[in-house]
Amino acid sequence: MSEAAAKPRTPNESGVPDHLQYMHPVLKRNLGKWDWHDRPRVGVLHHVSKTGDEIWTVRAGTQRQMDVYTIRKLCDIGDEYAEGHVRFTTRSNIEYMVSKEEMVEPLIKALEEAGFPVGGTGASVSMISHTQGWLHCDIPGTDASGVVKSMMDMLHHEFTHEEMPNRLRITTSCCQINCGGQGDIAINVQYTKPPKINHDLVANVCERPAVVARCPVAAIRPAMVNGKPSLEVDEKKCVCCGACYPPCPPMQINGEESTKIAIWVGGKHSNARSKPTFHKLAVANLPNNPPHWPEVAEVVKKIVYAYKENARHWERMGEWIERIGWNRFFELTGLAFTKHHLDTWTGARKTMNMSAHIHF
Amino acid sequence: MKDGDTLDAKSGEVEQHPTPMLDELEGGPWPSFVTGLKRLRDSKDKRYAAMMNDLLGQLEHSYEKKLGFWKGGTVSVFGYGGGIIPRFSEVADKFPESKEFHTLRVMPPPGFHYTTDVLRKLCDIWERHGSGLIAFHGQSGDIMFQGCSTEATQAAFDELNELGFDLGGAGPALRTAMSCVGQARCEQSCYDEAKAHRRIINAFLDEMHRPSLPYKFKFKFSGCGNDCVNAIHRADFAVIGTWRDDIKIDQEKVKEHVAKVGRKYTIDTVVSMCPTRAITLHDDDTLEIDNASCVRCMHCINVMTKALSPGDDKGVSIMVGGKRALKVGDLMGTMIIPFMKLETEEDFQKLEDFAETCIEFFADNALEHERIGETIDRIGLPAFLEAVGVEPDPNMVNHPRTSCYVRTDDFDDEAAKWFERKAREAGMTVAED
Repeated sequence: MSEAAAKPRTPNESGVPDHLQYMHPVLKRNLGKWDWHDRPRVGVLHHVSKTGDEIWTVRAGTQRQMDVYTIRKLCDIGDEYAEGHVRFTTRSNIEYMVSKEEMVEPLIKALEEAGFPVGGTGASVSMISHTQGWLHCDIPGTDASGVVKSMMDMLHHEFTHEEMPNRLRITTSCCQINCGGQGDIAINVQYTKPPKINHDLVANVCERPAVVARCPVAAIRPAMVNGKPSLEVDEKKCVCCGACYPPCPPMQINGEESTKIAIWVGGKHSNARSKPTFHKLAVANLPNNPPHWPEVAEVVKKIVYAYKENARHWERMGEWIERIGWNRFFELTGLAFTKHHLDTWTGARKTMNMSAHIHF
Repeated sequence: MKDGDTLDAKSGEVEQHPTPMLDELEGGPWPSFVTGLKRLRDSKDKRYAAMMNDLLGQLEHSYEKKLGFWKGGTVSVFGYGGGIIPRFSEVADKFPESKEFHTLRVMPPPGFHYTTDVLRKLCDIWERHGSGLIAFHGQSGDIMFQGCSTEATQAAFDELNELGFDLGGAGPALRTAMSCVGQARCEQSCYDEAKAHRRIINAFLDEMHRPSLPYKFKFKFSGCGNDCVNAIHRADFAVIGTWRDDIKIDQEKVKEHVAKVGRKYTIDTVVSMCPTRAITLHDDDTLEIDNASCVRCMHCINVMTKALSPGDDKGVSIMVGGKRALKVGDLMGTMIIPFMKLETEEDFQKLEDFAETCIEFFADNALEHERIGETIDRIGLPAFLEAVGVEPDPNMVNHPRTSCYVRTDDFDDEAAKWFERKAREAGMTVAED
C-alpha cells in the first residue's frame, strides 16, 4: 500500500465551484445586462445585451449517460467549431455559446454529423429528464436510459423541430419515488402487487420499526414468521407503492410481470399563465417491455400527437386538457377512464368536480 | 486491479458478454448510451474495459429478467459521511469485474458552465480511477461519476477535489443545489442566482458532508417564475426571482410584434392568456398592463421577448416545502416570503440567516424521514411561521381559511399586529417602537 493510501488526504471542502472561471467571456461581461432574445432557428438562441454584445447558443441532445469518448467528442466540437465554453441544461442537452453568428451553421453541421441532434428549444419536445434505472439504481422497476432512448428515437423529429403548441416536457422514473419529476408526460413505474417478503433475511437486513414507519398506509407490522422476527403486510391495505423496499430490500416490490408502467399527463413546473401543476394519471398497467417498450411508445405517441393537433399556441398539455375537458382528452387519445382515475388519497375530494360544469 | 494500471492481455482473453437486447438500442437517430458503454468495453488498453464488459453483461441480464441487481452499502471518503452512492452487484458471481460500481456525486458549478478544458480533465480523472461513464447531470443536479471500485473511490475523489470540485449530498443531508442559467445569459433573470446558490450551499457544507438531518433538504434557485430548475416542485427551499414595480414595455416593439404576428394572434396568445386579465391591447397596437393585478407569471414576457421585460425593483420569493409522493403525497413549495431584495451583502446575509433558521427548524422538529413540507403539514403553517419568525401574508394563500374549526379569541390582538405592520411599512411611527 502506498504512503498516500495509508495517510488519507484531508478534503478541501471547497463546496460549489466558481462558475465564472468556466463561463464564456461574453456571458461574463454581460452578467445581468441582457436585453432580449430570439430564436433564429430551432436549436439556436440569440441573446442581445444592453451593451450591444450578442451571443448565439446552439443546443444539442446527448444521451446523458456519456462515455468519456462522447464527452471528448463534444469537447473537440467545442474547440474546433465553438469557443471552448459549454453548459448543460437541466434536461442534459449541451449548449455551445459562440460570439459570432457565422460560427452557428458550421457548429450545427459538426454536431449533426457527429450524431448529436440540434434542437430542444422553444415549442419542441426536449430531451427526457430521467433517472438511473437498471444501470445503477438499487431499487429500479425498469431501465431509464433505454426507455428514453426508445422514446427519443420516436420523437426525434419533434426535438429537431418547433412544431408543438408549446414546449412539451417528458420525464421518466423507474420507481414510484419519481426522481424524474413532474412532466407534461411522465412515464413512471407503477407497481401492481404487494412486496414479496424473504422472511429469512428481514431480521438481519432491515431496521423493522423504520420500515413499519415508512408505510404510508400503515399496512406493515412486525411478525414472527417460521420462528424468526420479520414483517408482514396487510395486503388489503397495501397500495403497492414500494416505499418499504428501499429500507428493506427483502421486501421485493419488483416482479418480472407485476412491475408495470403508468403514464401521467399535465404536470408543469413553470408559473407562466397557470400555476404549477402535478401530473395526473392517463393510463396504468402498460407492460414493462424492454428493449423498446412499444406499448408505452404507442401511448406516448397518441398523447403527443393529440396535443400537437389540438392544443392552441402556448397552451401546455395540462392547460389544453383543462380547456377541452378530460372527456375529450380520453376521447382524443383513445384511452380508458376508469375508477382508478378517481383519486383516493388524503384530500382527494378536492380533485373532484365541485360544480355543475360538465363537458359533452 | 490497482489504480492507473493498464489492463494487459486480460480483457482480450475474456469473452464479451452477448447483449442482444441492448444491441437494439444502438439504432435510431438519438445518441445511444449503449454504443458509449461498448466503446468503454472495447478500450482494451484501459483498466475499465473488463469492468464495462461485465457492466454490460449485468445490464443485459436486467433487460432479460426485468429486475435490477444492485444493492447499496456504505462507502465514503476520508472526512466525509456522504456523497458516494455505493453499489454492489447482487450477481457478482456472473459479473465479477463490475461487482463494485459506486457513484461519486460531484457538485456542478452554478448554471452548469464548463470549459472544454475542464471537461477533458474530468474525463481524464475518471479514466484513471473509474469506469469512464459520466452523467451530466443527475436529477439532483450532480455530475455523476458512475462506476468506481471501493478501493479507487478515495483516489478519484482526491483528484476531483484537487481540480476544485467537491462531493455533493446524499442521504439525510443538505443536498446538491441547482440554479438556472440566469443572469449569465437570460434577460428575464431577477437576481444573481449563482451567487445565491454558492452563498447558501457553501455556508452549510457541514450539513452536506456529514449527514445528520432528519431527511434530505434541497435548495433550488430559479431566476424568474418560469422556474427552469423546477424549484417549486422539487425543492424544500425554492428561491424564485420576481419584481415588484411595473413590467417594462417598449411600445414601439409592441407595435412591431403586432405587425409581425397579427392583432388577433397577439390577442389570442398574450391578452387572453394573461391569468389575471391584466393586459389590454389598444386600438393603436400599444399595450397596457394593470400591474397591480399582474402576478409576475412571465407569460407575456415569454411571448414578447423584445417588447416586455421584468421591472427594475427586483428580488426573490421564497417557497418552502416542495417534494414528491413519499410519504404523505406530492407537495409543492408554498409561498413563505413573497418578496425580499437580494442585491446587497446585507440582503444575502438575510437570505442565509433565513435558510439557517429553516434548516434548524427542520433539524429540531422533523421526524425521521420527513421532509420539511410534511413537518409543516403536520404542525400547521401558523406554528411554522412563528418558529421561523415570519408574519402571515395574503400572498401565502389561495384564499383565507374555509374551515370554522379554529379558536379565535385573540383575533383582535392579531389584527392589531397587522395594522401596526402595515403602518410601519407605510413609514409611520408606531407606539411600541
